[in-house]
Amino acid sequence: MKIPEEKLLWIYKKMLTQRMLEEKILELIPTGKLTGHFHLGIGEEATFIGACAALEERDYLLPTHRGLGCVIGKGIPLKKMMADIYGKATGTTKGKGGVLRICDAGLGVLGLSATLGGIFPIAMGAALSSKLLNDGRVTLAIFGDGQSNRGTFHEAINLASIWKLPVVYLCENNQYAISTSQKKAMAIKNIADRAIGYGIPGKVVDGNDALAVYEITLEAVNRARAGKGPTLIEAKTYRWRPHFEGEGASYRAPKEAEVWKKKCPISRLRKRMINLKLLNQLQDEKIKEEIAQEIDEAVKYAEESPVPRPEDALEDLFFPSVMESSK
Amino acid sequence: MPDVTFVESLRMTLKEEMDRDPSLMLIGEDIGRYGGIFGVTKGLLEEFGPHRVRSTPISESAIIGSALGAAMTGIRTVAEIMYVDFTTCAMDQIVNQVAKMRYMSGGKAKIPLVIRTQEGGGRGNAAQHSQSLEALFLHIPGLKIVMPSTPYDARGLLKTAIRDDNPVMFIEHKLLYATKGFIPDGEFLIPFGQADVKRKGKDVTVIAISYMVMKALRAAERLAEEGVDVEVIDLRTLVPLDLETLLQSVRKTNRVVIVHEGCRRGGIGAEIASNIMEEAFDFLDAPIQRVGALNVPIPFSEPLENAVIPSEEEIVTAVKKVLYRT
Repeated sequence: MKIPEEKLLWIYKKMLTQRMLEEKILELIPTGKLTGHFHLGIGEEATFIGACAALEERDYLLPTHRGLGCVIGKGIPLKKMMADIYGKATGTTKGKGGVLRICDAGLGVLGLSATLGGIFPIAMGAALSSKLLNDGRVTLAIFGDGQSNRGTFHEAINLASIWKLPVVYLCENNQYAISTSQKKAMAIKNIADRAIGYGIPGKVVDGNDALAVYEITLEAVNRARAGKGPTLIEAKTYRWRPHFEGEGASYRAPKEAEVWKKKCPISRLRKRMINLKLLNQLQDEKIKEEIAQEIDEAVKYAEESPVPRPEDALEDLFFPSVMESSK
Repeated sequence: MPDVTFVESLRMTLKEEMDRDPSLMLIGEDIGRYGGIFGVTKGLLEEFGPHRVRSTPISESAIIGSALGAAMTGIRTVAEIMYVDFTTCAMDQIVNQVAKMRYMSGGKAKIPLVIRTQEGGGRGNAAQHSQSLEALFLHIPGLKIVMPSTPYDARGLLKTAIRDDNPVMFIEHKLLYATKGFIPDGEFLIPFGQADVKRKGKDVTVIAISYMVMKALRAAERLAEEGVDVEVIDLRTLVPLDLETLLQSVRKTNRVVIVHEGCRRGGIGAEIASNIMEEAFDFLDAPIQRVGALNVPIPFSEPLENAVIPSEEEIVTAVKKVLYRT
């Protein structure tokens, strides 16, 4: 497949944005300005951005908890995202869901579920809605290998396949569910093999190859949009960081991460772009400068934004209802 | 209109709302040609087709989650969970997703979703098909809870529930389905948060929900023969709760009995009693009495089941207790 130059550059920039934003979070954590805990996807940029590159603006995305990358890939502005990270009133969730529910229905980002596996049926429902409304949208659900062991995986994909819904299930297999290796969590090698049980295509892809992820996701998205039903994709990658920042990751051999760092998806794409003469060192530096500036502006915006007022805790539970007694 | 059964009332209401809103979708187990285990959706598949009446495999999480996903993207949805006992299979979806979606999204998501289910014992269905679990949902902010006791209320409240842009737990009772009642011609909606005084009285306030309203009314008839004038209030909705109507009654009778079929321990009676004590303690002439199921699973065998589920007799006894008449 010939990928347009523009698309390649977009993918590269978004991958860099994810990397640099998450590295910025690493810098900010020791300052004590951020609350909550952070699941970073450094090293997995190709999977998140490659997948989102296959979506149109109108399409729906249900990200994974490690998925700041896919939220970036779906177009949430960094300022809003950073405000969510800081728990500020100006974030997409006004401080209610924070980094654990960054969402924007207008951009199709329906939000993640911090109880893992929760998104499988919700994604299926969004796709059902598209089928009923005939709106041409496709829903992409991105989840980790660990989530794939939740029962909702089975219930939702089974139903999505029966009803041929326009949904793509993409597993970011980074090989660990906190401390539990995938090898100890299932008797099969490929999570994509489970697709056979639902009569849908199951594809394995190198999750550190952004263009391969893009191509395979695009194929699945097109298939879904054409009314042929869901696809299960497994992108094999690796979590460079611990499950959450501050956790020791003592369950992994240090060498393992070193091996994977040599397969850095960003270096890989950069080399390819340089070989294709789509990028030179000067341009690369310029891109990085621009992204760094955008991130700094986002941090500034977040830091200067107001915190939510305590009384706002009581807002946003219910949509105002006309048929409710005011007593 | 001649008297209709509770089931007919629900079916008629679903049909009318589906006619009114062409996007309204039903989803649940065996709700298609079979018409649902209690026949509520009978005929709707034939009338509205398989796109809008979606019968599913045994997958409660998928039913609720997909209903949520559809609701938040423009499809008003009524999901049916066959027995309230089975909601426990979908608790992540109900508690962590449905109830929290709007709040966690900073108020941006709109969730026009009704979860219809039914609860209660009295049919020898044993512990996993007979529970009354409304108190579980009462504890979860983000869910409205509706529990109709008559065909009239079922109709008016279901219309309101369907047109509400928030998640509503609409909990029916299996013993109410065959009951008949009057329904006037023409459309009517019953607002949430309006308790209904089902029987006026001056001596004791009996607060009840769902099928227990019927038992409370029968107990009130018996007590009337003994010269005790009982007021029976049907809460109709637990969230929102119409505390004002309860307080008005308490200020008049000064004595309260709360009746529900869920276990006494941690039941809704505790919550309502606390509210009344906080707001009207000085009006009470006796400690509030709670009548609820014994704190055991609902047994299969009839004499055991009868022993566990609140009876008219127990309501009568509780009323006499708050009157200090034994």
